[in-house]
Amino acid sequence: MIEQSPALILIPPFLVAILVALVGFRYQKVCFPLTVLSLAGSVVACVVTLMRVIEGGTIRYFIAGWAPPFGIEFRIDGLNALVAVTVSSVGLLAAIYSKNRVPAENPDKVSQYYTLFLLLITGLLGMVITGDAFNLYVMLEVAALTSYALIAMGPKRATLAAYKYVIMGTIGASFYLLGVGYLYIKTGSLNMFDIHEVLKANDLFGSPAVLVAFIMITVGVWIKMAFFPLHAWLPNSYAYAPTTSSAILGPLVTKVMIYVMIRLTLTVFGVEYTFIQLEWSNIVVWMSVLAILAGSISALAQTDLRKMLAFLIIAEVGYMVGGVWLADETGMIGAIYHIIADAFMTLCVFLFAGILFAKTGKRDLSAMDGQFKKMPLTLVGFLVGAFSLIGIPPTAGFFSKWYLIQGGINSGHYEYVIALLISSLINAVLFFRMIEIAYFGVKPAEGHDHNHSSDHDSGRSEASASMLIPLLITAAILLLIGIFNKDLVAIITDFVSPFNIASGAR
Amino acid sequence: MSPTNITSIIPVLACLASLLAVLPIVLLRSKPNFREGATFVAGFLKFGLVLSMLPTILDGTTISYTLWEIVPNLTIGFRVDGLGMLFALVASSLWIVTSLYSIGYMRGLKEHSQTRFYSFFAVSLSATIGVAFAANLFTLYLFYEMLSLATYPLVTHHQDKEARTGGRTYLTHLLTTSIGFVLPALIFVFVKTGSSMEFAGSGFLKGYIGETEALILLLLFTFGFAKSGLMPFHSWLPGAMVAPTPVSALLHAVAVVKVGVFCILRVYSGVFGLEFLKELDLGTIITWIAAFTIIVSSLIALSQDNLKRRLAFSTIGQLSYIILGMALLTPMGATGSMMHIAMHAFGKITLFFCAGAIFEATGKKKISQMVGIGKRMPITMIAFFIGSLSIVGIPLAGGFWSKFYLLYGTVQEGQYAMLAVLLTSSLLNAAYFFPIVFKAFFCKPEESQFEAKVEEAHPAAVAALSLTALVTVVFFFYPEPFYSLAEAAASQFISF
Repeated sequence: MIEQSPALILIPPFLVAILVALVGFRYQKVCFPLTVLSLAGSVVACVVTLMRVIEGGTIRYFIAGWAPPFGIEFRIDGLNALVAVTVSSVGLLAAIYSKNRVPAENPDKVSQYYTLFLLLITGLLGMVITGDAFNLYVMLEVAALTSYALIAMGPKRATLAAYKYVIMGTIGASFYLLGVGYLYIKTGSLNMFDIHEVLKANDLFGSPAVLVAFIMITVGVWIKMAFFPLHAWLPNSYAYAPTTSSAILGPLVTKVMIYVMIRLTLTVFGVEYTFIQLEWSNIVVWMSVLAILAGSISALAQTDLRKMLAFLIIAEVGYMVGGVWLADETGMIGAIYHIIADAFMTLCVFLFAGILFAKTGKRDLSAMDGQFKKMPLTLVGFLVGAFSLIGIPPTAGFFSKWYLIQGGINSGHYEYVIALLISSLINAVLFFRMIEIAYFGVKPAEGHDHNHSSDHDSGRSEASASMLIPLLITAAILLLIGIFNKDLVAIITDFVSPFNIASGAR
Repeated sequence: MSPTNITSIIPVLACLASLLAVLPIVLLRSKPNFREGATFVAGFLKFGLVLSMLPTILDGTTISYTLWEIVPNLTIGFRVDGLGMLFALVASSLWIVTSLYSIGYMRGLKEHSQTRFYSFFAVSLSATIGVAFAANLFTLYLFYEMLSLATYPLVTHHQDKEARTGGRTYLTHLLTTSIGFVLPALIFVFVKTGSSMEFAGSGFLKGYIGETEALILLLLFTFGFAKSGLMPFHSWLPGAMVAPTPVSALLHAVAVVKVGVFCILRVYSGVFGLEFLKELDLGTIITWIAAFTIIVSSLIALSQDNLKRRLAFSTIGQLSYIILGMALLTPMGATGSMMHIAMHAFGKITLFFCAGAIFEATGKKKISQMVGIGKRMPITMIAFFIGSLSIVGIPLAGGFWSKFYLLYGTVQEGQYAMLAVLLTSSLLNAAYFFPIVFKAFFCKPEESQFEAKVEEAHPAAVAALSLTALVTVVFFFYPEPFYSLAEAAASQFISF
């Protein structure tokens, strides 16, 4: 059983997806428990795999026993084991949240919804654990197609948003596929590690074809991760999707694409080629600075809560792309740590946005009015997520900024440091604006009348347990990975240090 | 004599005592008497724990405890030395007095949400003691941020429009400066030194950074700790006066603002090292920045009619005394600077208590409405007189000693410009305080706005303000243990 753990990450959600499609049609009630159970199974498999990686190093798993370069290989090291745990647990938490929301928002499509939901998680997990560049493309399309549908299930405007996403997503995926094609022509292999070996052995790094492949793949991945200015598909998609869809897509899709970028730069093309030979580092860091500022400033202009959060995702993507391209070891560690931290904090705020929408039916910030009195526990969960996005210790977001800024100073990219700080401050404004409304009300009373003491404790109504529990668990995770970030960073460092990302190599 | 060190968990417990009190405070929310009982138990426990470490510290020993390593090479650690002890003593003792005062004030005015009030008060105190006992720059920063957030609900307690504006100014100033200035400076220090950023008696930056970097870092830290009220990042302080008076008294005359200057003193002495600053001749810039704040804020204070606002601007000026004293980079200046933390705290809290008592008893906030109030509230106004004596620095009040050492420090170094600044400021202090007292007692009967009948505020409030006024006088005759602590700390920072 233990030997099979990499396969067991994918099998439960995949098989249950089919089962839900077949059975859920007639017996709508079984969809939710089946989904949660299968994702719980996947989480267990991920954690077991992570433990094995920590103990015994990289795991190579050949599907159906076919050895690479002919067969497909799952190759799991410290990096993707961590990301897999993150993806599966975010999936599980969002699934628990969906209990009442899916029947409420899509009453006639419950089984379809859960089928797509599970396939999405399968696709994302597949992208994370595979060691095969083409297999990654397949998984990417599985995740992409399901997410188009998951978005389109929202109210009216979601359809148009999903359409935009289909176009952009398809272009991105095609770019990636083209790039992989070039690599295949040059190396005759699709296995990531094999490609790198062949490139190195035959000294193909000077080849224009490889350069084209690199550009194609990078741009394709950037489109899929909504890296500014290729981000236009994202805000409306996440803002108008059903709340469960945005709670799962928001935290995961962009983060998994960041993972793919790190995997391709470190494993396929190698540090030497990406950071030293190409000399792109400065340009990309400046692009990420733009992304951070553009995302944050656009977020300021939003009144729709989920749209605001969507723009924050764009800024956060800038954090991570910049962190990777600082070409500094601490920066890379920060970027990887931020994948995990950001997945949970985005989940936290999107869950809260969903709860707020469910409670008030309002999309804009006025929904916060007086919520401190009505649902204090829910607000506590939200506060942790908000503090994490601002970067207040000891939440996870503080420590990811800590490492990223350290990387920026190490490599002398002060423009990146300044962008991060400005974005933190903008986040502070964004979230304290919400906190203010929740605490004072939309129109605070004039003068010192203390009549609000009389309605104390009245009208208190927390979110229902299925929505509140995942929110509080997420908040707790944010605090835990913040306080115990050292252990997490130790795993990441073990992964990053063999690549010898030269400190300050520009 | 090299300072010895012992490991003990007491500093951690002293820090946690008030944080843990939040639980009983919330649980006992329906029984106000028991709830306030919990606050007092925690207060005495905290003060006791701090006091129990005093003899050890006076012996020249430091106490430290490392909780755990949070980032590779960085720990959450506690370390008690003279400077930290001095500050912790002031904060923890005044918490007890303020709690006594709060009961009078909050009940007298029938304020809402008192449980929330006492809970966040307790959290703020934990953060304050955390700052006092922080062993390294990182731990200091953690508690500094915690204090900013924990005091927000206290500042905005009234939850009305005014509170909202005040709260907004409060947070934007404090968070912008701490995230925008201190955090990058902190990480820069960490990157450059690669060390654990443990405070050392003579600093640890020397040899790692050049002159320009040192100047930039120094300014980032000095302005970044905006709780110190240094201009131009001072306007949160008058804005925060919308808070209930006990909050203004403890937090904005003692805990919050003193945390700001404390952090600055810590950075000067423990990170840069006074000798290093002297070598680079960076003290002068800071003294001029502080001098500017001292004079300008005193002038603004003169023109304020709202009593609490006048006190707020007076505080801004007095805080810069502390920064100026340390930036003189002389042993006497440093001693005076640290003593002023304690002396100003007791004097200013008395004044705030009086302002609150007047408001509670008469509803008056403006100075122009307080003519003849001495006949109505004699105890309060006598306490007010003692408090202002201490701030101005006239004998028979503790404030005399810290001013004395500050002036001594300027003469020692031949900085006559600073001497002039301090003396001018003292005159201005007298000019904005004594007329209030004078008009309260000596006015023509027809001018008086009060009947001659004696009617003081809630007894708990009067007891609190009499106590702090009394202590202020006691410190004139016996300025211990603050003098010994300050002198011992100063001798570690710079050689006599």
